[in-house]
This record gives sequence, structure tokens and C-alpha cells, in this order.
Amino acid sequence: MATAVAPAKARLPETPSTDLSPEALLDLYWQMLRSRRLDERAWALHRQGKITFHVSAIGQEAAQAGAAFALRRGHDYVAPFYRDLTLMLCLGLTPREFGLNLFGRQGEVTSGGRQMQAHYSLRRANVISTSAPVATQVPHAAGIALAIKLRHDDRVVLTCLGEGSTSQGEWYEAMNWAAIHQLPLICLVQNNAYAISEPVGREMAVANVADRAAAFGMPGVIVDGNDALAVYKVMQTAVERARSGHGPTLVEAKTYRLTPHSSDDDDRSYRTRDEVELWKKRDPLPRLRQYLESAGLLNRAQHDALDARALAEVNDAMTFAQAAPYPDLSIAAGPVYAPVDEEA
Amino acid sequence: MAEMTLIDAIRQGLDEELARDERVFITGEDVGRRGGVFRATLGLFEKYGPERIIDSPLAELSIVGVGIGAALYGLRPVCEIQFADFIHPAFNQIVNEAAKMYYRTNGDWNVPLVIRAPYGGGISGGLYHSQSIEAFFAHVPGLKVVVPSNPADAKGLLKSAVRDPNPVLFLEPKKGYRLIKGEVPDGEYTVPIGPAHISRPGRDLSVFAYGMMHYYCLQAAETLAAEGVEVEVVDLRTLCPVDKAAILASVRKTGKALVVHEDNLTLGYGAEVAAILSDEAFTSLDAPVKRLAGPDVPGVPFSHPMQDWFMPNPEKIAAAMRELASY
Repeated sequence: MATAVAPAKARLPETPSTDLSPEALLDLYWQMLRSRRLDERAWALHRQGKITFHVSAIGQEAAQAGAAFALRRGHDYVAPFYRDLTLMLCLGLTPREFGLNLFGRQGEVTSGGRQMQAHYSLRRANVISTSAPVATQVPHAAGIALAIKLRHDDRVVLTCLGEGSTSQGEWYEAMNWAAIHQLPLICLVQNNAYAISEPVGREMAVANVADRAAAFGMPGVIVDGNDALAVYKVMQTAVERARSGHGPTLVEAKTYRLTPHSSDDDDRSYRTRDEVELWKKRDPLPRLRQYLESAGLLNRAQHDALDARALAEVNDAMTFAQAAPYPDLSIAAGPVYAPVDEEA
Repeated sequence: MAEMTLIDAIRQGLDEELARDERVFITGEDVGRRGGVFRATLGLFEKYGPERIIDSPLAELSIVGVGIGAALYGLRPVCEIQFADFIHPAFNQIVNEAAKMYYRTNGDWNVPLVIRAPYGGGISGGLYHSQSIEAFFAHVPGLKVVVPSNPADAKGLLKSAVRDPNPVLFLEPKKGYRLIKGEVPDGEYTVPIGPAHISRPGRDLSVFAYGMMHYYCLQAAETLAAEGVEVEVVDLRTLCPVDKAAILASVRKTGKALVVHEDNLTLGYGAEVAAILSDEAFTSLDAPVKRLAGPDVPGVPFSHPMQDWFMPNPEKIAAAMRELASY
């Protein structure tokens, strides 16, 4: 069995300095921790047969939270992909809403129970809807960025996808638009080393997704995706570039999917346990925790309290969601068309 | 009222909507200085500038996909696909994204997008500049499919499409761009998307058509009138959603139905019209529903005699009308 990724380095690279306040740093960690606990519960619920599907963000929390914290959340636009649970929580999706999403219950906010779990949309947070064919959201992100530029607004757009999805024509065409028009777009590729079972070497002949940025005529940046503060810093630069009219950036966050692709996948058929164990040692959560502890921002007792709070939110969310009724069947037939008289 | 060609009416409609609403912009291949390969946007670049009339890369899926994004942000993009034959790379964006957006977000996000595409054969375009693509897209709930047959409708329907909060595929019979002329009302008006239109009343049989074939059906109906057969010609205009009531009302009056399209026969739009009539007007029918359509070959051949073999024309339509009238 081929090892798809380089072995973890013996010593982790230095975490960069940050302008995040102590409160923001603790919030960053809290978002990652709560996402992890929700995600773990979803896997448990699936094993218990209580939900039909889950697609996980475990291992990629730092890339997503680091990116979210560089945005003006609720002001900027986001075109996410299915693995962006942590990103969505940072943008305001509540644990109860995630629960309704998992169970497909009444009041489900992303699609009214129409879409599978993790096909996110959250209008109140400027998060557009995503489908299942990969990279389809990237042209939408470019189009929003074009509209922002045409309207002279001060927003930026973040879109996320996996490295496997960068093989799609959608991605190439959209990145080309972004570069031609110098659009306020940040494309965050979460390179988790696998497209379901296919290692990066089966997906592309170049060493890095970011190498492709040169072909579009935009900067391509590689960052350690398991270091939340490193991602935040790179994203901050990219967001500043975009907001000041200097165009798009391709950010490649090198990370690793610690779980199977989805609840329907068995990763034992295509990667070794040794490789997964190696990457567990690079888990982004203990890494940020270690930083916070060494900076004197978090001690053991405070951490345990945070974890207890996360667990309480998870319990509340899943109890709430399981008790919620299914959507009324009357909503299945619509809405198909927006009413014409809505727009004069 | 002023007489103008189909393409002039389309251009005037675009011009008026650009002037009316600053959220409207146009993108597509060669739409800028060139004014489009058919000149639908001629002069608009000079009038509205490069931020309203935007040349796109030669990449159809992103012409539509970028349009969807801009529409989600609240703009009113009008995307031009240079030939309908080139729309297929954008199928995923149109069918999976634009058409499903409103439903899949429970009404949170809508896509006010117009996709203009010149379609149809008879212009020596061969397999890849002649296609009729309406059947693929009229099958898709969430998408509106409009095909004008005359200048007044083209302008009025296009203005409605720009103002519609939903994605609208606007198919233009390109053979008729300069061939079809007609009176266009002065001043501001729209033609609603949805209702079909009886363009020639008659009592002996109903003919359902759209676009270029509707133009030919009117000519054929004139021929039949001279022979004493009064044909009712119904211009369907909007293929999706279908105007069932208009189809049923006409056949309940005449008892006979012919559907004409240049798209190939099998599983074409005529099949749906025939099914509607079979389901809901069976007892009104005095003859089987007849379809005249392009043959089931992969495309319209280039060489003239073969192209003529493929295309329905007024003579073939008149022959089908006669056959049905005498049933």
C-alpha cells in the first residue's frame, strides 16, 4: 500500500506570531473543539443507526477556523464545500441547526430538509448553497466576487474545496475569471491528501495545488493546514489583498483527513493505519491547545471546563434534533419557482 | 409601432433593460466591441461600458456559473451562449445549480439569471451550429424555457425574463434573426412568461409550434386556408412551465392536433404535448395527435440537400396539416 503523504516532521514548524487577542485565540480553539465534539457525536449516531450519513471535518478544523477568523463574518460571502463543518460553526451555524441537518428534521435551516447532511447554505451569514458535484460552487464564488467588484462593495469571497476537486473544469474556469478580472476571491484548497481513495499522485502531476496559481496569474500560497494560526495569518494577507482590490489568492492548506471520506467509506482499503496514526500526532487541536497553554491563556481546568461546555452543547443539540418532528410533507412540492411579483 | 427584425427587437429589449436597471449586465463570448457574432449586443459596449458588457473567456460552464454567482449577489446577469450547440458544458451549472437553487434552499436563495442562446438549423451550420436543445432543458423544474417567434414577443418576453426572479433559458431562432420582421409596440411593454398565444384562430385543426417552426406554420396555414382548411396556430412561446390550459382549450375546439418542432422526434417537446392531450382531452380528439419533427439522427447535416432533408419547412408542414385535416 502506497504512502500518499510525506511523513510528519519530527519537530513541528514554529507557529507564527498573531494579532489575535487572547479572547479571539480562545474562541478560535473553542470553535475547533466544539466542531470536533459535534463531529465525533455524528459518527457515533451513525454507528448507532440513528442517522443515515455523515461527512466529517475531523483533522481539518484548523484550516477552516483559521480561514473563518480572517473574514468579516456575516459581511463577506462564503461558498463552502461539504467538509466545512468547522467553518460553518464559525460563521454562525448553531449546534442545534447542525443536529436538524443530520436528522433531516423540521426547521432544518440549510435546505428545509431537502439536501443530504453537509450541503450547507446559510443566507443570514452570506453563505451560499452547495451541491454534491464538486467544484460547482467555485464559479458561483467568482460570480459573487465579480458582482462585488462591479458594485464597488468592500466584501471578499471565500470558497473552499478539496484538492481532488481542483481536477474539475469548474475550478479552472472560475480561477481564470478571478484572475482576469482581479476579483476579491480567496480560494482555500484543503489538501487532505486523498480524493476518497485516490492519493494526490493519482490526482495531479504537480507537487502542490498552489503551483497551478502561476498558470492563472495569481499568487499561490502553501500553508500548514494543521496550524490554525498559520492559516489565519496567510488568510489575513489574502483577504487584505482581495479587499484592497489587488485580486485573488490561491491558498493551499496541507492537512489530513483523519476519518474515512464519509460514513459510507472504509479507508482501511486504501491507506495504512500507520499513516493515519502518524497524522494523529499532528492533530490540529492539541497543537493549538499547546500554544495556548504555553502562552498562559489556558490551563488544564479551563480546558476541561471548555470541553464540558462543548459536550453540553452537543447533548442539547442532538436531544433537540432527535425530538424534532419530520418536515410536513406539504413542503416537499415546493418552492420550485420564486414568485414573479416579488421582483418589480 | 415600428417594423423591425427579430435581432433588432432583441437588441432593443436588452438596451432598455440595461437602461432601466443598473443591476443588469451582459456577459458572453464576443459580446463587447464585436457586439456578439449575431450582433445582438451591437453598440451596447459603447453605450454602457466594460463593466456592463463583459467579454467572457471561451468557457461556457463558467459563463453560466459566474452568472449564477452574480445573480445570487443580487445582480441581473444576461449570459449569452454563442450557439445553443455550445451550451452542453454548462448543463451541470444550469440543471444542477441554477434550476435547483430555490428549491434546495427552501426559498432562501434565488437565481435571477437569463441565458440567451441562438438555436436551430437551416443555416448551413452542420451538426454544431444548428442544434435545438429545448427538450433537455424543458424537462427541468426550476428552470423557465422561452422561445419567441416574432420581434414583438422577443422583446417583451426578454424584458420579462430579465425581471424574472428565476433562471430563464431564452432560445432565439437564429435563422429568423433577420428573416422574421414584425411590428413592435412603441414604448414600455412586457410579454408575460407562461401563456401561449393563438396567433391564427381556426376551427379545423390545432397546430402547436414555437420559434422558427411557428413562423413556417403560419405560412403553411395560409396555404391550407386557400384550400378551405382553417388551421388554428398556437405559438407555445414558453415551453417550461407549459401552458396546458391553452393546449387543451384549442384542441377541445378543433378536435385535432399537430405539433411541429425541428428538434428530433423521439422524446421531443411534441411527446409531452401529445401526452397532455391524451391524458386530459382524449374524448375531444377526432384523430391521433400527430408530430412533425426533425428525424432521429444525431444532428443536422451540413451539405444542402441533406440539411433540407432534415429540416421541416412550410411544404412539409402543409402536407402534415392536409393529412391530419383529412383524417
